[in-house]
Amino acid sequence: MMLACLILIPLAAGVLAWAAARWSVTAARWIALLAMLADFTLALSLWISHYHAGFATWYAETDWAWIPQLGIRFHLAVDGLSLLLLMLTFFLGTISVLVSWREITEAAGFFHLNLLWILAGIAGVFLAVNLFLFYFAWELMLVPMYFLIAVWGHENRTYAAVKFFIFTQLSGLLMLVAILALFFLHHHATGVYSFEYQDLLGTAMSPGTEMWIMLGFFVAFAVKLPVVVLHTWLPDAHTEAPTAGSVILAGLLLKTGAYGMLRFVLPLFPHAASVFAPIAMALGVAGILYGALLAFGQTDLKRLVAYTSVSHLGFVLLGIFAWNSLALQGAVMTMICHGISTGALFVLVGALHERIHTREMDHMGGIWSTAPRLSGAALFFALASLGLPGLGDFVGEFLVLLGAYQKSIVLTSLAAIGILFATFYALRLVQRAFQGPNTRDWHIPDLVPREGLVIGLMIAALLWLGLYPRPILDTFQQAAARLEQLAPGK
Amino acid sequence: MNVTGSDFTALLPLIILAVTAIVVMVGAAIRRSHALSASLTLIGLAISIGSLWIAAPLLPRQVTPLLMMDHYAVFYIGLIAASSIITVLLAYGYFEKYEGSHDELYILILVATLGSAVLVASSHFVSLFLGLELLSVSLYAMIAYPRRRPLPLEAGIKYLVLAAVSAAFLLFGMALVYGAFGTMEFGEIAARLARPDFNLWLVLPGTALIITGFGFKLALAPFHLWTPDVYEGAPAPVSAYIATVSKGAMFALLLRYFYQTGSHELEPLHLVFSIIAIASMFGGNILALLQNNVKRILAYSSIAHLGYLLVAFQASGDLAPTAVAFYLVAYFVTTFGAFGVVTVLSDGTRDADLIEDYRGLFWRRPAIAAIFTAMLFSLAGIPVTAGFIGKFYVVAAGASAAMWSLVVILVVTSAIGLFYYLRIVVALYSQSTQTPATTSLARPGVVSLIFLSAALIYLGLFPSPLLALIHRLMPGLI
Repeated sequence: MMLACLILIPLAAGVLAWAAARWSVTAARWIALLAMLADFTLALSLWISHYHAGFATWYAETDWAWIPQLGIRFHLAVDGLSLLLLMLTFFLGTISVLVSWREITEAAGFFHLNLLWILAGIAGVFLAVNLFLFYFAWELMLVPMYFLIAVWGHENRTYAAVKFFIFTQLSGLLMLVAILALFFLHHHATGVYSFEYQDLLGTAMSPGTEMWIMLGFFVAFAVKLPVVVLHTWLPDAHTEAPTAGSVILAGLLLKTGAYGMLRFVLPLFPHAASVFAPIAMALGVAGILYGALLAFGQTDLKRLVAYTSVSHLGFVLLGIFAWNSLALQGAVMTMICHGISTGALFVLVGALHERIHTREMDHMGGIWSTAPRLSGAALFFALASLGLPGLGDFVGEFLVLLGAYQKSIVLTSLAAIGILFATFYALRLVQRAFQGPNTRDWHIPDLVPREGLVIGLMIAALLWLGLYPRPILDTFQQAAARLEQLAPGK
Repeated sequence: MNVTGSDFTALLPLIILAVTAIVVMVGAAIRRSHALSASLTLIGLAISIGSLWIAAPLLPRQVTPLLMMDHYAVFYIGLIAASSIITVLLAYGYFEKYEGSHDELYILILVATLGSAVLVASSHFVSLFLGLELLSVSLYAMIAYPRRRPLPLEAGIKYLVLAAVSAAFLLFGMALVYGAFGTMEFGEIAARLARPDFNLWLVLPGTALIITGFGFKLALAPFHLWTPDVYEGAPAPVSAYIATVSKGAMFALLLRYFYQTGSHELEPLHLVFSIIAIASMFGGNILALLQNNVKRILAYSSIAHLGYLLVAFQASGDLAPTAVAFYLVAYFVTTFGAFGVVTVLSDGTRDADLIEDYRGLFWRRPAIAAIFTAMLFSLAGIPVTAGFIGKFYVVAAGASAAMWSLVVILVVTSAIGLFYYLRIVVALYSQSTQTPATTSLARPGVVSLIFLSAALIYLGLFPSPLLALIHRLMPGLI
């Protein structure tokens, strides 16, 4: 029941906020904020109360009958992995409500409805252990995200929103076909109709079939992650979305792709995944280098940050398919830290855009002299992004490289070059936008207390993750070990 | 052939429809009143639905060789009659804005409904043709009902000519099948087909011609050419009726005829159905991209949807009848919802059918825009709507029969379909300076829209009651 609350609270609060906005927009904002805080507290208390017991199995399950004719159940459960991502979800959810406080004035009620429903969908993705329910939640986050971009986005929003929608919908449908194929294979083998994750684990199939079904899942997750070649929706969507939308896209939506790989691709199709692993790792490295290179070439500040996501998520893909405890731990660490550091960069770019109404770096320069707190924070997160030791991102990427080294020295070396590239784009960002002479004579207000609070929280989180990552690593420890056990040849 | 009292009871739903048509006709002769005719029609339809429960205990029952009243027929008669109620509600608000008398429209709706009900219950070529002509002839007049406007007239004549030609194809096909077997009863045909000694060279062309006739009515590619023009020209409630009742009844019949006789398993026909399905999915979805008229977009989208249904039809197996029945219900609700929005927004001079009419609607009429969005997402098969569960079932039926190429084409074409649904959605939410509208919309139309949206969401979230009902009723078919 507690897990159902995690989804139902944002759903209900969304409707409530929409209704409340007729009378008072501020009330709608407070409803959204309280809902997010409530969910965050719930997830946190779950984590703390189970921390000492370890995270060996599923717990706190909610299991209701839904469509019994096809073995579809409303079945939620958490383990260490989903719990970490849930906390990230509600943390960034709170942040996105806060950053929209002044930015969104038009149809604010409808905005918060969409915002909360996306977060409910994302929570559903991290919680579902019934494949139909998973697909349902997977699609559910799509529509409100589309609206978020299409209604409150920047100049080119329609194009970006439609592209985002079609990429994810098409790949999602391919996953649906794969899910159904798995479902019927299981039915033929056992005579039971079931979409339950636990039932479908270990379904017997021929290597060829396994590969095709695995690819169906992989493509859906690869679009979200994004894997290079399938990434082209990302820069457009991230750039055109309002700040809260960018934070959620980069911080959470991309993570659903990585989560899908960890939760479904590896455990359901261990053999096909291990055959495919070298290709996936190569794609990951390609993403690291390509994303970093393109980030270096951007003049639009938001687009630059968007391309860094392609690069960082390349590390995640590399770590997942390197498929050993170290690399998996690193991948999850990178997922969480990237969510916070890139989310923060989007918050800062959004704050800057609100003040100077441009995202072009050529029009900036010398911001430091007029808004030192904003610029200092940007430097901090740029350094996090380039992997400065002591901050969370470093831990994640270091672990990924350590793990991947055992699988492929060549790919690991190339990935390490990616970190070098990151230094170029991160420092270029800071130098072009914030340092140098203030040629345009910008006079802008610095971060207001609300923004300061948001950024302060994110800085604290990132420092904590960088200096004392143990709790995160412990939480995922057992799941990582189990995944490593699955790797063929072990 | 003796017809007993129980036979009459089993036929009660059809008899009530016929009687209501006569009552409305006599009523109109005594006193012309739009409201009176519409209410009488609604009452008759409601009683007809109620009488399904009276007929139910006697089922299944073969009433004369012509009609098979079984649970399958009862399910679809209920669906058709309920759809006619929605049509009457939409039409009432729509035609209230026109000058002239409208009583005859309701008689036509009742007769068309009777024809559709005969279709879904028919087990004989004669009743098939009878039902089809009852439906078609009423539709000619319904399409051209606003007779002072050129577009409906053009659409009516187009439909008349093409429907007559397709009926000729159908008749010829039936004649060939009769020539081969010497019977027009579906059951007998099934028995003869099971024996290997029939003349394949009569049966095969005959069945192909029957498929042509069906294909026209269902607007499957390549027999779809009339669809966009007729949808565009016909008054919006009538377009909705053609898209749903006329096609739904025909599809139910197609399923009964082919599943009962087993003639879709003749070797080359499988390929024919696959080609028709693929052509419909691609044709419908791609041609819809080029349209600027909402009614034409819905017309092409309905071509694509019938293509999806054909995938489920081909899957046969246990899942297919369930998938088709659920998909049809979802499709009925959604299509009525979409055309219902067009209907309530239309004024006395023209239908609100250009995308431009919908630009910024969300800022003028948020509730109507939200309903339209839900309907479009349902057509696109997005979760929380009935269309999602429907599409899920169709894909599941295809996957259960391992028809991977058809399933993948379905997936790819429905992604193409997203483009034009999203085009309308984008227009709905585009920023505009327009202020909220103050004029109120026709009440019956709005009531039915609210009901349809509630049904859409309910079926999308809790499909199992309807699925359980379908499961209980459908085994009678095969």
